[in-house]
Amino acid sequence: MTRDSENRETCCDSSDAAPVADSSPACAGEAEPLIRVDNLSLAYGHQRALDDVTLTINRGCITAVIGPSGCGKTSFLCSLNRLTDLLPGCRVDGGIRIGELDVRSPKTNVIALRRRVGMIFQKPNLFPLSIRRNLDLPLREHGIRSKHQRHELIESAIRDVGLWDEVHDRLDQPAQQLSGGQQQRLCIARALVLRPEVLLLDEPCSSLDPISSAVIETLIAGFRGRFTVVIVTHNLSQARRIADYAAFFWIKNGAGRLIEHGSKQQLFDAPRDPLTESYVNGRTG
Amino acid sequence: MADRLATFVIWSAALLVTAAFLGLLGEIVWSGAGQLSWSFLTDAPRNAGRAGGIAPILVSTGLLLLVCLGVSLPIGLGTAVLLAEFSSSQSLFGRLVRRSLDVLAGVPSIVFGLFGNAFFCIFLGLGFSILSGGLTLACMVLPILIRSTEEGFRSVPEEYRLGAAALGLSRTTTLLKLLLPAAMPGLIVGLVLGTGRAIAETAALIFTSGYVDRMPSSLMDSGRSLSIHVYDLSMNVAGGNANACATALVLILLLLLINGTASWIMDRWLRRRLITI
Repeated sequence: MTRDSENRETCCDSSDAAPVADSSPACAGEAEPLIRVDNLSLAYGHQRALDDVTLTINRGCITAVIGPSGCGKTSFLCSLNRLTDLLPGCRVDGGIRIGELDVRSPKTNVIALRRRVGMIFQKPNLFPLSIRRNLDLPLREHGIRSKHQRHELIESAIRDVGLWDEVHDRLDQPAQQLSGGQQQRLCIARALVLRPEVLLLDEPCSSLDPISSAVIETLIAGFRGRFTVVIVTHNLSQARRIADYAAFFWIKNGAGRLIEHGSKQQLFDAPRDPLTESYVNGRTG
Repeated sequence: MADRLATFVIWSAALLVTAAFLGLLGEIVWSGAGQLSWSFLTDAPRNAGRAGGIAPILVSTGLLLLVCLGVSLPIGLGTAVLLAEFSSSQSLFGRLVRRSLDVLAGVPSIVFGLFGNAFFCIFLGLGFSILSGGLTLACMVLPILIRSTEEGFRSVPEEYRLGAAALGLSRTTTLLKLLLPAAMPGLIVGLVLGTGRAIAETAALIFTSGYVDRMPSSLMDSGRSLSIHVYDLSMNVAGGNANACATALVLILLLLLINGTASWIMDRWLRRRLITI
């Protein structure tokens, strides 16, 4: 709880506001927490992955989750949309709320939750279907009957990721024929087509070349204010460029822990914890 | 030197196998092709099969296959889905079922025949009938069908499942729209192998579907399959060899036809799914 109040003080601190020229008002103004994680612990069988993580994530902001491999960043993301339900032997403890929704309650409609919380994976994971059908399938699943309406939603989602000009004349071709960067953008479009509130991105650029990666990065930066973005990244300069907040995870006593969480400026330029300091300056990790 | 010897041994083994197969095929074609004609396929056998054709036998074989696949496909698919998607590969249940299936797959067909006779013909009172035979064949084919379909499901990348779940797709949709099509090649392989085993079967059928060579009037009628006809002509009927070879040729052609059709359908179907909405 103490960390919570800390966050609210430090995030988007007005004294630090000058360099945050790219922050849109929705994020720079009064911070409004959307996701609250309380004492979250996670284990695979006897192997602990996350220990006692508490933080809040603000609405409309981009929060970067950084840290070395194996410190539970991906597990943390997966617990937010309960993808952990699918991971064999995965046990989760603690509280997660998104708005008023208690994510971990057995009564929570997981399908509705995942519609609200979209996720992009490290490797593009388009289905072996046509471009159109990749987006059509989730829309149908979520009960949008009208073909016309589905088509409009599909078009606007593909336009949203700047892919429409590249694919509009081959929507019925296999999606897996696209280049890696295009595939990842289409994955983002597929998540956007459901009009989610939160977007979880698990190292979305790590399997891409620098140019595609830059395109995706710009795209994500453009989501500020529209979506609440949580992005796991190994690329510290990327985190510096696009994030409003950053959370630093590190392995302590065999499990991932949240070491420090705050605004980007605070975490990168004035880290409080020596671990954070040596990590963001490239001395460890 | 040792290398050369190894090469020689490997090559001669390969040649031997190929030669055996070609010799077999050659023998069948040589002595059977002369008998093959349209009327051979459409006439009833006469004189215990020495003369006439194999029309009722073709029909019986078709019906046997129909019963066999009609029963084994849904059960096999269901079990494969249960094993691959709804139970972990390490669970006791999964291991038990899988081990039993492997044992079943290795059981000699005569044992299936005796079981079929005791269970379907006598206990269930179905008598010597195409239904009993087809059901017995289904029991034989199931292990093959299940294991290869399960492999099909397991070869679908985990990313599809996670991706589908992250999009809020229900398990049913994921299964029907994504996993089943992706696992289709495995299912087809199982189907082709299973059909091959069923169509080649004699021992299990002699005890269950009988070997009456007249046209079956219903599934409760006894009927003779192609392979039993081959067996009967070559073993029990003096002078039936030519027609035995002709029947064997039909059997082989039928198998090739089934395999060819299966892969053609799969190919077309997969392509169509990809292109249309």
